[in-house]
Amino acid sequence: MDKRKERLDRGIKVRTEGIYAISSWRGIAYVLLPTLSFILVMLTLPLIVPSTTWQRIMTIACIFALLALSFDFLAHFVGIVCLGGAFFTGVGGYISGLLNSAFGLPMAITIPIATIAGGAICTLFLIPCLPIRGIYFAIVSLMYPILFHRVIQALNIFGGTDGLPGLATFPNIWVELYSIIPITLLLTFGLRRLVNEDFGIVLRAIKDNDQAVRASNINIAWYKTKAVYIASAIGCFAGACLAHLYGWVGLSLFALDFSIFPIAATVVGGGGTLVGPIIGAFILAPLSEMLRAFGPLRVVFYSLILAGLVIYKTEGLLPFLQRKYHQFERWTEV
Amino acid sequence: MKEDFVLQVKGVNKSFGGVKAVDNVSFNVFKGDILGIIGPNGSGKTTLVNLITGFVKADSGTVFAGEKKLTGLAPDKIAGLGIVRTFQIPRPYHSLSAIKNLVVPLYSSRIMRTIGGKLGDRDTVALDILEEIGFERDAHVPYKLASAFSEGYLKRLELARCLALKPHVIIMDELFSGLSVSEIAAMIPMVERLQMNGITIMMVEHRVRELFQLANRVMVMNFGEKIAEDVPDNIMKSDIVKQAYLGVT
Repeated sequence: MDKRKERLDRGIKVRTEGIYAISSWRGIAYVLLPTLSFILVMLTLPLIVPSTTWQRIMTIACIFALLALSFDFLAHFVGIVCLGGAFFTGVGGYISGLLNSAFGLPMAITIPIATIAGGAICTLFLIPCLPIRGIYFAIVSLMYPILFHRVIQALNIFGGTDGLPGLATFPNIWVELYSIIPITLLLTFGLRRLVNEDFGIVLRAIKDNDQAVRASNINIAWYKTKAVYIASAIGCFAGACLAHLYGWVGLSLFALDFSIFPIAATVVGGGGTLVGPIIGAFILAPLSEMLRAFGPLRVVFYSLILAGLVIYKTEGLLPFLQRKYHQFERWTEV
Repeated sequence: MKEDFVLQVKGVNKSFGGVKAVDNVSFNVFKGDILGIIGPNGSGKTTLVNLITGFVKADSGTVFAGEKKLTGLAPDKIAGLGIVRTFQIPRPYHSLSAIKNLVVPLYSSRIMRTIGGKLGDRDTVALDILEEIGFERDAHVPYKLASAFSEGYLKRLELARCLALKPHVIIMDELFSGLSVSEIAAMIPMVERLQMNGITIMMVEHRVRELFQLANRVMVMNFGEKIAEDVPDNIMKSDIVKQAYLGVT
């Protein structure tokens, strides 16, 4: 009996990229398997990891993943390179912290308020920079956290250099994990849905060619504002969660790490995929912890691994895995 | 002639540094016109289009669309009034399929307003427009990414983007340039059909033969100035035009 190799997606793949004609359970399974396995791994990861320390690292990875998600959304779907991660975490964290320490509001109220109001505040600050593009926007968004940091320090407001300690924290590690991980997943797939909806199509068009969008009777500033609001609200949510994870807000919420790490995660995971940055964050955050054993050399190894990943897998891990998945073959009878 | 201008350009000026790109140009576009604009390279044709559509701010002079003053309005507002343009170099959204390229204008406030938001599935409407403009409906062409298209298809996509906005004036900036003779031959009936549908057209063009076949009036520009405006036959005979193009006196 003769046999030959055949790609798994043969028969369901349409000639146009990303469109499948599904008529069987096997077809559905083929298309959904990557997404479902990603969700499953994300949800079971906290059960597998050995200790509470590692579970805590998972939550921190989630926070970074959210920031990376917000970066990827703006950079690859709206064409705004925003280094405002630190700005978002700082604003979100401080709003949440202030509401909790000054008014004694519970976490379930402070986090949503910080998300919505923080997003609005960040957007208001970024609106004047929207007409400028590329690296210039990046520079301005990088300046704001430094500005806020200095203002809080100089005026000695919001606890000054000491910050605001004694905030409400999550009751236990499980609540922490199983509230933040599902929300991360929800936001990831929600955003992925959004960028394929008509609203998202307009955003992607702005990235490709903003002048043509203007010629199509669409006010690009308004759409960019909405996109920045979405991204900054996600960032503020991450910041607010962080404040309640530590039970403390301080100037370190405006640290540069929150701006730079998301870029690294996006590059490692694969930009423009939205899921990629999540994977990137879940690789880099634990990696950074593992390298603690090297003491001062930690950053050296971290940088080397990062450089290696960027050089040898420039496209990012997720696009690479996607391609490999689509190239799977099976033996069939001729 | 009854004075139903759809566009009225009054003495517009624009300088870039020391260069007078558009120098005191005035003209009217009547309803149902196909107005051709020709001129040597660098004579200010594209700048004129940019001035009318708001992409460039005029130094002085005004542009009216009926009673409405266009000067000072943002490009997206002008497009919202139904005065749309194509770009000389096609500006498709490379990462989107042809269909999704058209979803963008269909999502505009002009279309939302006229259709009342009840457009239904924008993809289907986009497919109809693409078919009208010569994309094979049953093939996978409308689903291909814009980055995969040839120049001919990109020019059609430019025109399709304009049509999706349900315009009453289309300003075509060198729609035929870069196309093969057969592609142009296929486009000409499309332009004629647009005119029959009551759309006023202003064409900036280097393809003089095809333009003179379509246009009912032609305006000639040189060094930013309007040097002639007449019916095509008279323009052909005009000495001043020969001089501008060929340098003969």
